[in-house]
Amino acid sequence: MLRLDDLQAGYGAVQVLHGLSLSVATGEVLCVMGRNGAGKSTMLKAIMGQVRTSAGTIDLDGTRIDPLPAHEVSRHGIGYVPQGRRLFGDLTVAENIEIGLMTRNRGAAVRERVLDLFPRLRERMGQISRTLSGGEQQMLAIARALCLEPKVLLLDEPTEGLQPSMIALIRDTVIALKGTGVATILVEQRVDAALSVADRIAFVVGGRVAETVDAAGLSPNAPEFINHVGV
Amino acid sequence: MDFGPFLLLALMEGLVTAAVLALTASGLSLAFGIMRVVNVAHGAFFMLGAVLAWFVSQWVPGPAALSFAAALVICPLIVGGIAALADTVVLKRLNYEPEATIVATIGLLYILEQAALSFFGPDARPVPAPLNFRIQLPWFGYSGYKLMVVVGAALVLLAVWLILRHTKAGLVMRATQIDRDTARAFGINVDRVYAGVFAMGAGLAAIAAVLIVPIQQAHYLMGGDPLLLSFIVVIIGGLGSLRGTLVAALLIGLSDGVISTFFAPTLAKIIATLVVALVLVFRPQGLFGTRAA
Ligand SMILES: Nc1ncnc2c1ncn2[C@@H]1O[C@H](COP(=O)(O)OP(=O)(O)O)[C@@H](O)[C@H]1O
Ligand SMILES: [Mg+2]
Repeated sequence: MLRLDDLQAGYGAVQVLHGLSLSVATGEVLCVMGRNGAGKSTMLKAIMGQVRTSAGTIDLDGTRIDPLPAHEVSRHGIGYVPQGRRLFGDLTVAENIEIGLMTRNRGAAVRERVLDLFPRLRERMGQISRTLSGGEQQMLAIARALCLEPKVLLLDEPTEGLQPSMIALIRDTVIALKGTGVATILVEQRVDAALSVADRIAFVVGGRVAETVDAAGLSPNAPEFINHVGV
Repeated sequence: MDFGPFLLLALMEGLVTAAVLALTASGLSLAFGIMRVVNVAHGAFFMLGAVLAWFVSQWVPGPAALSFAAALVICPLIVGGIAALADTVVLKRLNYEPEATIVATIGLLYILEQAALSFFGPDARPVPAPLNFRIQLPWFGYSGYKLMVVVGAALVLLAVWLILRHTKAGLVMRATQIDRDTARAFGINVDRVYAGVFAMGAGLAAIAAVLIVPIQQAHYLMGGDPLLLSFIVVIIGGLGSLRGTLVAALLIGLSDGVISTFFAPTLAKIIATLVVALVLVFRPQGLFGTRAA
């Protein structure tokens, strides 16, 4: 479904991705792990067109999307939950949702379905999103991305700084979406959270994928985690 | 005339100034708030609106009201189109770097002024008012048109507010203002939003100019004062805050009317500039602005 091939990208003169390749299929959850600064977020920004690639290709269902301007990427069905959530903080919950819906011209039916996943948001539609709790803000960031009915969902450390109940809710949401055929790339720092949802785990080291392993049967103490994540 | 009626007259004059100023300054504030562009050519867009209104008054036959109505539609469209072009051809290529856009809009200011000088000439030219009636108060008569200007400006400002708060286009503009990268990640074409916002800001200056030109005459150098006063208003009100812009325009407009009437117009400008200096020192984000994020 989504395939990155030999990507090189960076910021100005500083190259961050050095030939990164990976792919994720329909209904699959690919966890991406790696130390801080390894280039995980940069990889997602490259997919979204926010960081220009200098070499390599990004292919979605047979269409190259890396040459697209940033505002057209999501219209091909890629939902993005950035690190740190990046809500439109001065806008209300309803307005953030509306922007998600507008991306691919979705209407009230999609909105209701998404809000059914996060009933707490429904009670707070008029609230300025900056004033939500951390967990609610993360729900909104995910809801906003789901409003475009994505084929591919990119989640950048969605559990960062959240309490266990919220982490469980995010896990359940990812598993439910997987059941509907969404391809998910989940950047995750916690081994337990990664193992609870991942089909495969890709370890990013120094801007390329050092190793990809099947998550099934992997122990939390496996050497991959110790080598690449440093836990 | 007694003091009371004299004060009323001064306040009415001030209200007209405030209304036109609020329109002009809100255009400047809009471009800064959403794009972070300090548009030094804003006064030139104002001037262009007035000059074009004169051309329209020459070309459109029939009663003055008809050509005025035509000018009210045509001038902001042309000025907005020029602004959108300047945004796409110049500002976008400068990546909206603050210093570079200031220099570029200074250049634009001179280009527009020289173009007006070439096509319009150095003379001030009057544009007839669309209607001539006087409202007779017990103490003095007052131009009905000037009151129409106040009403017209208020309606346009209301429309701007409604667009920003209650339409999809407004929502897109506000989202772009908050975070343009994330806006792009949700399908918002930021380039188009910027061109539209820059056009809207310039169009507001043009509408203000069309409204004022029957009172003031069109002249190729008339953009200086509106630019200065707009800057004063947006600094006092807080750059990018529409509400602050309105309050500050009322403050500056009314005090300008009163001080000009009782003392001298120059004193009004001196005091306004002094207030700006004080605001910059003690409350740099303006009365209603939030600190730069
Ligand atoms: N906007 C930026 N400008 C310059 N360098 C950046 C920027 N964002 C990230 N970097 C650098 O790129 C490298 C990879 O960062 P990032 O992709 O955020 O890592 P990760 O998400 O894996 O922690 C880091 O060295 C970081 O300092
Ligand atoms: Mg990161």
